[in-house]
Amino acid sequence: MTATAQVDTVGLAASTPDIPQPYRELGLKDDEYARIREILGRRPTDAELAMYSVMWSEHCSYKSSKVHLRYFGETTTDEMRASMLAGIGENAGVVDIGDGWAVTFKVESHNHPSYVEPYQGAATGVGGIVRDILAMGARPLAVMDSLRFGAADHPDTRRVLPGVVAGVGGYGNCLGLPNIGGEVVFDPSYQGNPLVNALCVGAMRAEDLHLAHASGTGNKVILFGARTGLDGIGGVSVLASDTFAGDEGGSGRKKLPSVQVGDPFTEKVLIECCLELFRKGIVVGIQDLGGAGLSCATSELASAGDGGMHVELDRVPLRAKGMTPAEILSSESQERMCAVVRPSDVDAFMAVCRKWDVIATEIGEVTDGDHLVITWHGETVVDVPPRTVAHEGPVYERPVERPTDQDTLAAASTSTLPRPTDLREEILRMAASPNLASRRWVTEQYDRYVRGGTVLAQPADAGMIRIDESTNRGVAVSCDCNGRYTRLDPYTGAQLALAEAYRNVAASGARPIAVTNCLNFGSPEDPGVMWQFQQAVRGLADGCAELGIPVTGGNVSFYNQTGATAILPTPVVGVLGVIDDVTTRIPTGLGAPGDTLFLLGETREELDGSEWANVAHGHLGGRPPQVDLARERTLAEILRAGDVSAAHDLSEGGLAQALVEACLLTGTGCRVTLPGDPFVALFSESSARVLVSVPADRADAFATRCAEAGLPAHRLGTVEPTETLEIAGIPALPLTELREAWEATLPALFD
Amino acid sequence: MKIGVITFPGTLDDIDAARAVRYAGAEPVALWHGDEDLRGVDAVVVPGGFSYGDYLRAGAIARFAPVMTPVVEAARGGMPVLGICNGFQILCEAGLLPGALLRNAGLHFVCRDQTLRVERTTTAWTGGYADGAEIVIPVKNMDGRFAAEKSTVDELEGEGRVVFRYVNGNPNGSLGEIAGISSADGRVVGLMPHPEHAIDALTGPSADGLGMFRSVLGSVAA
Repeated sequence: MTATAQVDTVGLAASTPDIPQPYRELGLKDDEYARIREILGRRPTDAELAMYSVMWSEHCSYKSSKVHLRYFGETTTDEMRASMLAGIGENAGVVDIGDGWAVTFKVESHNHPSYVEPYQGAATGVGGIVRDILAMGARPLAVMDSLRFGAADHPDTRRVLPGVVAGVGGYGNCLGLPNIGGEVVFDPSYQGNPLVNALCVGAMRAEDLHLAHASGTGNKVILFGARTGLDGIGGVSVLASDTFAGDEGGSGRKKLPSVQVGDPFTEKVLIECCLELFRKGIVVGIQDLGGAGLSCATSELASAGDGGMHVELDRVPLRAKGMTPAEILSSESQERMCAVVRPSDVDAFMAVCRKWDVIATEIGEVTDGDHLVITWHGETVVDVPPRTVAHEGPVYERPVERPTDQDTLAAASTSTLPRPTDLREEILRMAASPNLASRRWVTEQYDRYVRGGTVLAQPADAGMIRIDESTNRGVAVSCDCNGRYTRLDPYTGAQLALAEAYRNVAASGARPIAVTNCLNFGSPEDPGVMWQFQQAVRGLADGCAELGIPVTGGNVSFYNQTGATAILPTPVVGVLGVIDDVTTRIPTGLGAPGDTLFLLGETREELDGSEWANVAHGHLGGRPPQVDLARERTLAEILRAGDVSAAHDLSEGGLAQALVEACLLTGTGCRVTLPGDPFVALFSESSARVLVSVPADRADAFATRCAEAGLPAHRLGTVEPTETLEIAGIPALPLTELREAWEATLPALFD
Repeated sequence: MKIGVITFPGTLDDIDAARAVRYAGAEPVALWHGDEDLRGVDAVVVPGGFSYGDYLRAGAIARFAPVMTPVVEAARGGMPVLGICNGFQILCEAGLLPGALLRNAGLHFVCRDQTLRVERTTTAWTGGYADGAEIVIPVKNMDGRFAAEKSTVDELEGEGRVVFRYVNGNPNGSLGEIAGISSADGRVVGLMPHPEHAIDALTGPSADGLGMFRSVLGSVAA
């Protein structure tokens, strides 16, 4: 038996137009299939069908989100664009941070695989985003991850969370990338659909920027990295089972789970190999192989170039026997890259790959035609205009409708909920609640030190790394989202996510300059979900315009739901900031004993959607806190102006949680007097607030500067050399008692 | 003074080790796993990471790399060698140090700021510390639980070859809270925690680790 005898070729497709094809099983709609036939003027071959079906999937084509995502472009001004070297549409956005340095960062989801197989799903999520950064020509420098799980005490969370955390750590640690921050959030809406959003940041000299394109007729296409196997093929296996009906195992083939398996060691070697290739200047274009594997890499490289491409698929090194062309094109085997190289550089390219023991194979070349032609043992199995695969997929204007329960939800405010009488007890209960408790159980499994550039890492407000050792220039990153706020009002919720990430970066002393996002939503076929999506995109884009910082890239993940119930809409927003000298960073926590504590910003009675409402009453309703982006800008300017010895952003859990964390992180106490109603002062989640410490001799000048900037600055109290949190009117809280409450929760749940 | 820093495929902390060597005032020399000589260095650091992906067993493959032949030879001749984390595992596999590093007792990767007591200051890498000094440097590993036969541990303890001991908590279940040990002549030292990540309070919990890289300068000069 030979595989070639059964292969579906372009010739065969032309002569057998009426053979039924399993396009529905591959996720294509009738009209999408008809359009493919129209583009090709015949039925697609099995291999073409595999390519179109995976590239036209929601994940790859953004077919439901495209019409909304345009709004990001429409709201980006030339001024915002000024520092952008590459933006939406590239593997990752790139910004100029000064001194000739360019920084690239992006966040991407790996939600569904992480539910099926938590360890590998999360691990390959990290691997994929790291390759995206590498494909821009940058050295990956740090990772972060935004994780969301079902209820903390649900038995399945015990399966999913430890696996995801071990996977993020297992892969990132072995790659030698410090993990500098992220989120862990629990909510029952994520029970059957956890979110694993991985962020990576990398840097390069601005002139080394590499974009994915395949120009230059005669240039060679080289596939390098791991061999291609049957993992991660997913739906395309229906083609295989048709072709190889009844022949499973006979040819040595093995069905593998559709979740890919990662090998971080191979990726680490691949990173060093790629960076050496970049240094030698012998890469014309490069693309990582992620979702949709070779289908995506070849069609994107070809359609971004200026010609056609010919690929000899039988040259691809395989790790399974009897793989069909469709399977090879769809395989999502990890740790692979595809490069376009001038013929004169091929020998040098191969020598670098040999040095790193990386398998590299010339699989084709750039041609002067305008088609992507893929052959299999001399027979043509794919002959398509590459843009129709990569960029001209279907675009849907999905119905958008504000859900009918939105008003009921907004009306159910927290104003009638009983409030606690024992505030001391409430502070402890909140500190120990799953969403506010120490993340140490998670973050201790991540290497935060490797590469020696980590200036701030979890539990700091933002992660910060030094980019240049000679100048101390660095960047800070934070990613945030509160899905509860977004559920109450997706427009405002997305802006609150942006505001929080912006504030976290500002609280580290950095200047926020760019935004990325990972938009996790339910089914786009649900008009209510599409409304949430549309509102969130508009809120985020309008917010960025107001803050004057561009969205440089992003990722959309739809179909995050269990049955008919969607997750809380979760637009995770990542903000990148630049700091000229990392030695001037602001530590998270309290300053030195004797420092004056200020609460910057205004506290309103804003408890709707709060963590207090969640913990005390399991309540979600009302209106989220007000957004004040002008105030966020002022805050950032005041924080950067100096005099601040330490800071801590106020977010979930309000001032109470900020004080608890600041004391515990610094290991010192403080004495404060609350303004206004003590319960509201402690647990309101009004945005645009930061707790700062200022040396006593600078306190008056600092207060004056805040007043001049129109920023409310309330003198809360002082940092004390004691080990006690003292709040006027509330019995003192020894740090040992607070620490016990804050740190015991996750170990008790997951050890 | 030249200090070699070895890179195997999968080594991660080589740039950190080279930086620490530089901060200490010596010249770092990059050694490649395929090198067959040590390029004239006066001492060698085998840094941390996951050489060869830790496949088979941490350090088990790296010890067969060509560069290890001259390293073992030089170490037997008294050249100072420091194995950090995966480097410690490799030195154990290569027979330069006794014992083995097993999976952490908690079965998780553990990254934390760890207090160590310097138990012996007569090695090539600890001469600059005060006896019994307590230092804070990061520990970060999956396979850090030191294990050895009782007779080996007795010998190490009896000869004063336990160089570092965990205090205020044992992060991985190591026998006798052992964090690092030395060869009989005190020239080869291996430890699980990472002194190269504690050379500057800006990027580490302290600058306590720098003492190891400074100590070796005096040790070679003498």
